[in-house]
Parts: sequence; C-alpha cells; structure tokens
Amino acid sequence: MKRAFPILAVLCVAFLGFATYEGLFVAPTERTMGDVQRIFYYHVPSAWTAFLLFFLNFIASIQYLVRGNDFADRFAKWVAVLVGAAGCIAVFAIKPMPAGIEPSSVATTALAITGLYFLIRKYFPEERTDVLALVTAEVGVVFCTVVLVTGPLWARPVWGIWWTWDIRLTSTLVLWLIYVSYLVLRRFSTSGQTPSVAAALAVFGALDVPLVYFSIWVFRTQHPQPVIGGGGSIDPRMLHVLLINWLAFLFFAALLCWARYELEIFQRQVEETHVLESLLEPENKQS
Amino acid sequence: MNSIHYLYAAYTATWVIHLTYISILVRRYLRLRTEVDQLKGK
Amino acid sequence: MSTSLKITSATLAKDIRLEWRSKDAINSMLFFALLVVVIFSFSFDPTAEESRRIAGGLVWVAFLFAAVVALNQTWARELRNHVLDAYRVSPAPANPLFLAKALGNFLFVAVLEALMTPLFIMFYRLRALGPAWQLIPVAALGTRALVVNGTFFAAMSLRTRNREIMLPLLLFPISIPALLAMVNATQNILTGDESARFWIVLLGTYDVVFTIACLLLFETVLDAE
Repeated sequence: MKRAFPILAVLCVAFLGFATYEGLFVAPTERTMGDVQRIFYYHVPSAWTAFLLFFLNFIASIQYLVRGNDFADRFAKWVAVLVGAAGCIAVFAIKPMPAGIEPSSVATTALAITGLYFLIRKYFPEERTDVLALVTAEVGVVFCTVVLVTGPLWARPVWGIWWTWDIRLTSTLVLWLIYVSYLVLRRFSTSGQTPSVAAALAVFGALDVPLVYFSIWVFRTQHPQPVIGGGGSIDPRMLHVLLINWLAFLFFAALLCWARYELEIFQRQVEETHVLESLLEPENKQS
Repeated sequence: MNSIHYLYAAYTATWVIHLTYISILVRRYLRLRTEVDQLKGK
Repeated sequence: MSTSLKITSATLAKDIRLEWRSKDAINSMLFFALLVVVIFSFSFDPTAEESRRIAGGLVWVAFLFAAVVALNQTWARELRNHVLDAYRVSPAPANPLFLAKALGNFLFVAVLEALMTPLFIMFYRLRALGPAWQLIPVAALGTRALVVNGTFFAAMSLRTRNREIMLPLLLFPISIPALLAMVNATQNILTGDESARFWIVLLGTYDVVFTIACLLLFETVLDAE
C-alpha cells in the first residue's frame, strides 16, 4: 500500500501533464472567447471534484453520527436506498423537468448517493469516517479555492468584470464559506468532542446547500445579470478534453485525500503516544 | 490578444494553490516525524 | 411528554426570571442595535426613497448582530457552577432544554425587535407600500430561523476555544439563505413592487428543515465529550 503511492503519484503527474497538454493544444479554440476559454479545463473539473468531495464529507459525517445507534443506522440505510429509488422514479414521473436539469443527471446523482453511502459504510470503520470527513472537507476547500480563483480570471477578459453575483459563483462562494467554517470549528474545538460536533455542522452545511442554491437562483433571476458565455451545447472534442481533465483531477484529488488520510491517522497515533507517555512520566520519575 | 495572460495566470494559480497545500502536508509530516523520533529517544 | 413540557417550562421560567432581574441580554442587545442604526445612518444618506430599498437589509443585519450578543450568553450562563454538567448527568432528555433555550432567545429577540422597529421607522422614515401585515410572519419566521440555529451553534461553540468569536463564524454562513429571504421579503413589502410570498415560504421551509435537524442532533452536541 505504501509502496504503491510513489508509483501512483508519478502516474498522476504524467496524467495531469497529458490532460493539460490536451487542454492547451488539442482542444479546439472557442470562437467568441478565444484561448481564455481553456481555463474551462481547469475550472470546471476542479468545481466538480470539490462538489464531489463535499458530498463525501456529508455522507461520512452522517455515518459518523448514526453508527453506534442501531435504529439510526438502519434508518439512514433505508433513506439512502430510498433516495436512489426516488431519483430513478423521478426521471419518469416528473416529465417537464425544470430548465437546466438533465433527467440522466438526476438519476446518476441519486444512485451515486446510495452507492457511495454503502461503499463508505463497508470500507470505513466508525472512527475512520471522521477522518474521512475531515480529509474530504479540507481537500474540497482546496479545490473550491481553485474554482474561486480561476473563475474571476476567466470572467475578467470575457465579461470585463472580475466578479458577478451570479447564481453559480455566489453559491460556490457560500459553499466555500460553509466548509471553511467547518474547518475552523475543527481547529478550534478541543480534541475530544471535535468529531461529533463537526459532523453535526457538516450535516447542517449540507442541508443548507439546496436552500442556498434555490434562494440565490430566485434572487438573481429577478435582477439583470451578464449573459453567461454561450449557453449552447458543447463541442464533443471539448467535452472529451474536459472529461480527460476531470479524470486527471479526480485522480489527483484521490491521491491527495489518501495522503492526507494517512497523515491524519499518523498524527492521531502520535498524539495518543504523547498522552500515554505523559501518563507514564510520573512513574518514571518515582522509580 | 492580451487575454492569453489570464489563461496562464489561471493555470499558474491552480498549481500554486495545490503545491502550497502539498507543501503544508509535507511540512506537517516532517514535524510529526521529528516528534516520533523524540518520543523514541525517551 | 408531560415531563418534557415540565422541563421546558421550568427552564424557560428560570431564564426569563434571570433575564427579568439582570436584563443583561436585553440591555446589551438594545444598545448594540441602536449603535448599528446610528452608524449605518452615517454610511449612507437616509432619505426616504433610498432607505426604503436598503432598509430590509439594514434592519435584519442589525437584528442579526444584536441576536448574536444574546445567543452568546445563553449557554455561557449554564457553565457557571457546572449547571450544564449537572443537566447532562441527570436523566432528563436533552431536547426540552434546547426548546426552552430557543424559546427564551426567541422572546428576547422579539422584544428587541418590538422596541427597535419604531426607532427604525422614525429614523429612516419607513412606510410600507405593500401589505404591512405580512411583516409579522416575516419577522416571526425570520427570528425563529436566527434563534433556533443560533441556539444550536451556541451550544456547539461552547466546546471550542474563543467561543464568542466562534458563534458568528458558524451561524452566518449557514444563515445566508434565511437572511436573503428575510431581507428580500421585507424589501418587497416595503417597496410594494413584488409579492413577498415566495420568500415567506422559503423562510418557512428553512425553519422546518433546521428545527428538525436541531432536535435530532442536539443530544449529540450536548453530550459530545
């Protein structure tokens, strides 16, 4: 396991290099925006990765809270299954989907919730779900920062403004704020109670996300806003490069999470040893 | 086009952020290693 | 059920009596909100038309900041003499305690709002062009949104270093949709341009979702050790 890491890291760097090459030289140049549009190949994959990580954080936090309580555990399991089923049914039941929402993405998201829930449940024992929650939130904030930095750098040459309080930008910013506050809470709470308090906050944050999105959506559509570039369908070659870049960044994020995960476990072991050591110290002095 | 600079800036910024994070992780790891060495010494 | 009710009413009565005698929370909140009103009036020209458009935001930001003052004191009071520890080892359920605290805070913030609103109307020459009665549900739901989450996060930040600073850091990001709804509803009512119904429904949804979440998770947070 430890030996695989350097090999994977080298592979990851090569893959990222390849993806960047594809983004810079292979992908066709966008007609209206020109070469600046290539920021897209870093911006969008980072955003998707960040959202996925926050989502994992939510599932891990839920698991941390329900484990140890038999009833809650079973209840959450059923909810996870029901969400998956409801997502699949919704595709057929709700015929005129709200604008901008693809039926296939609804079903995929719903099934991903169920799948990820059971995967995490199977492979992460109780204490480790807390580590997972911490790691995904931290790496997610890093990726979200990338999104928030590359976004204005794209907006400036294309729209002539650094920032607009548009739905996607604003809700990403709010998401970033929520998870930064999560990390701050973890940092400032005294070690023993951190996991459950942080898990509770993570659940609050995740519940807040749809409300944030919905409220800003309505808030912004009432006001004039700059037209978001294109809005039409995407060139298949661009989509191809985009997906390659996404895979590369996902790979990178997975490696980062893995490294951070091992680091956190190592740190906890060291802390435990410190505690044990300080307990043993007085005896040593006496003898 | 002047706007190409924004592209370079965005790509650079992305990697600056990621490398900063990685360097933070490495530094934390090294600090833990020295701590472990100290503990072993006792 | 009746035990829960008894715990809630006893805690609530105790908190109200304490507040009645000391008036700590109410006084500091009132003064704080007054300061915000005065300071805001320097940062822009409070003429009638201008102020009507931003008054919604102003009123709620003032109340939000003032509410934080009261919320910070809710649990800190119980830390003295280890009252909270005593509660935790007692067999009493946790949720009635939370409800009592949330209700108490709701009352204090409602009193603050009732006292501050005439001042706002006076200073900023406000007049509702829309249906003014809708301001009452907006105020009730908005206050509840702030207070329920605030009480919960105050209990959460109890276990952190520098907890006074921690509460707004946790509360504000989560409250953004509620704040947006309150501000927009108030604005729509004051300007009379659009209906505030959507925002009221959104506020209601926010309240329901987070009240349930608070009640489900409060025990975990209270007993976290």
